[in-house]
Amino acid sequence: MAHPPVLALRGITKRFGGVQALVDVDLQVRAGEVVALAGDNGAGKSTLVKVISGVSPADRGIIEWEGRPVQVKRPHDAHALGIATVYQDLAMCDNLDVVGNLFLGREIDRVGVLDEVEMERRARDLMRALSIRIPDVRMPVAALSAGQRQAVAISRSLMGAPKVLLLDEPTAALGVEQTSHLLDLIEGVRDRGMAIILISHNMGDIKAVADRVAVLRLGRNNGLFDVSTVTQEQIISSVTGAADNAVAHRSKGGEEAWP
Amino acid sequence: MSRGGPHGDGGPAGPGSAGPVTTTRERRAAHGWQDSVREYVRDLRGGVRDGERGPLLVIAGLIVIWIVFQGLDDKFLSPRNLSNLSVDIVGTGLVAVGIVFVLLIREIDLSVGSVSGLAGAAFAVLNVNQGVPEWLAVIVAVAAGTAVGAFHGFFHAWLGVPAFVVTLAGLLIWNGLTLYLLGASGTINIDEEGLVASLTSRHFGSDLAAYAVATLGTGGYFLAARRRRSRHLATGMPYRPGGEIWLRTGLLAVVAFAGAHTLNRFQGLPLALLIFLVILVVSDYVLRRTRYGRRVYALGGGVEAARRAGIGVERVRVAMFMVSGTLAAFGGLFVASGLTSASPTTARAAGSGMLLINAIAAAVIGGTSLFGGRGSPWSVLLGVVVIQSIASGMGLLGVQDAVQFMITGGVLLAAVAADALSRRAQARRGRP
Ligand SMILES: Nc1ncnc2c1ncn2[C@@H]1O[C@H](COP(=O)(O)OP(=O)(O)OP(=O)(O)O)[C@@H](O)[C@H]1O
Ligand SMILES: [Mg+2]
Repeated sequence: MAHPPVLALRGITKRFGGVQALVDVDLQVRAGEVVALAGDNGAGKSTLVKVISGVSPADRGIIEWEGRPVQVKRPHDAHALGIATVYQDLAMCDNLDVVGNLFLGREIDRVGVLDEVEMERRARDLMRALSIRIPDVRMPVAALSAGQRQAVAISRSLMGAPKVLLLDEPTAALGVEQTSHLLDLIEGVRDRGMAIILISHNMGDIKAVADRVAVLRLGRNNGLFDVSTVTQEQIISSVTGAADNAVAHRSKGGEEAWP
Repeated sequence: MSRGGPHGDGGPAGPGSAGPVTTTRERRAAHGWQDSVREYVRDLRGGVRDGERGPLLVIAGLIVIWIVFQGLDDKFLSPRNLSNLSVDIVGTGLVAVGIVFVLLIREIDLSVGSVSGLAGAAFAVLNVNQGVPEWLAVIVAVAAGTAVGAFHGFFHAWLGVPAFVVTLAGLLIWNGLTLYLLGASGTINIDEEGLVASLTSRHFGSDLAAYAVATLGTGGYFLAARRRRSRHLATGMPYRPGGEIWLRTGLLAVVAFAGAHTLNRFQGLPLALLIFLVILVVSDYVLRRTRYGRRVYALGGGVEAARRAGIGVERVRVAMFMVSGTLAAFGGLFVASGLTSASPTTARAAGSGMLLINAIAAAVIGGTSLFGGRGSPWSVLLGVVVIQSIASGMGLLGVQDAVQFMITGGVLLAAVAADALSRRAQARRGRP
């Protein structure tokens, strides 16, 4: 492809106490591309997302942005680069309303005083543009359904017109219609040149929107496939480890035994 | 008063703002005045259904308390007693406002009673014993509260010690320091004509003062609400109906002018009350209308979400303990002012937890939640009036300390139980 990767990870390593959550992970994503990230529970997908978004930085490894190495130590760094994230747990401030959550950390203000009218107007416009139906943008998010929360989280991530979008299992809480709506949305922003990393356990979703699929297994890279040529079975066997390749076996030998 | 209405221009879904899902503002805005009234009454009631505690139940409770004490002693509702009440609430009230800031981020500060005692003693020792000018002694005493808060905040936010342990240790440390400071001199009487004494003794003799404040408060509320409404409507967004604004303003006016009239029948508007009201207005504005205040509410509603949004969680935490320490110290000066002295006896009382419990109870009774992210400084006004009414009534009746302790403790327990119940109702209705 002609574009250089907008985001490239090299040798990302992170451990939590005794758990090696990520070991030498590489990943690249180009503008206008959807890379799916697959892997079993505990493979390290969410940990990788938090490394990229600055919530929990890596112990070792390099993050390159448009070809230059960058430091992503805080959420602010990632946001400043143009990385937006929808986290798996959809953490929100339950006491704040939809508008408050959408603008959390980047409120519109005039000399420190919140401009509620403007924020509400933009929130409505955004919801309308994304055809998201929320009864009232002044509803506290505590009263939203899981799918509605998901929609709010995705709207929030798209608000600053990011260059890279990280979606951690965004379809997990969605019904059939909402899922296809979201997949349309992903294709839409992809076609406008956004780079997307989509985490999903759902092979159907991956086949539908992803261009490439990267597999993590026990915190390591375990295959990178072109979605147009790979079969569902190949992805699954890579996820489950049935297709452990020689390289993976060798590098595993040096580590402590996995449960 | 300025409690967040059901659609209180957003922001923290403050007390009463969690209407049922079906309540859209579009629907409300289209309705007539009867609906304004009905909606408003529903906001006031709040209650278990919405998982929010509106002030109506507490107001009803206050009326009952007043009727009972008036029945037992007809001096209770006299202008003199009510005027004294309006001064006596200020010390506890200021401490409670500080507690609100900490409760909003879902923490607690158990040291506020000791810190207020420390401020009173520090002022007395500096001014009376050391001859430091009053204004400077006041600044040092209040700054000591700020420093103590920063100290607690550091241990909590940066070292990760639970706030209740840090401030429990603080309770003893600062009380010990107070006794140490007073140790050499025993009771210190402060200058009865001085600045600090006048905090509680000064009244604005002219009737005009109280009425001016009532007019300013009511008018200011009305104009601000109208302005917000017209800004919303100008951008084509719904807002609470105009009739509801009139209704709220009307009720506010009745309370404000009746209060002013009562105060004028004694010695006029007390300086202490004016200071308290100003601090309530300012802190409510900062918390609910500024970007900084939004961070505070965010922390109470979800630390992880706040952190991911790039909010400096540790810094906000330290700041809240600093506010709490500062207001505790400031409140302590009002307590010392009321007693016109600082003594080891009052210092021991400050460490005994009575002021602490009253302050927490005042915040929670008024509608601030122990579970973080819900409430406002205004909640303190209602809560502290309830608490002080009970204390004042028991004082008039000569109820002994032992019984007062049990009653105060019981009131706190009842308030936090109501808080926990409304939280459970909320968890049932929405997500936890
Ligand atoms: N904060 C943490 N502290 C300790 N261990 C953690 C932490 N976060 C993740 N881990 C561990 O790191 C490993 C990878 O977890 P991660 O959440 O990244 O998995 P995942 O691939 O997202 O799984 P899932 O599909 O279930 O979401 C797991 O073994 C997990 O227990
Ligand atoms: Mg995960």
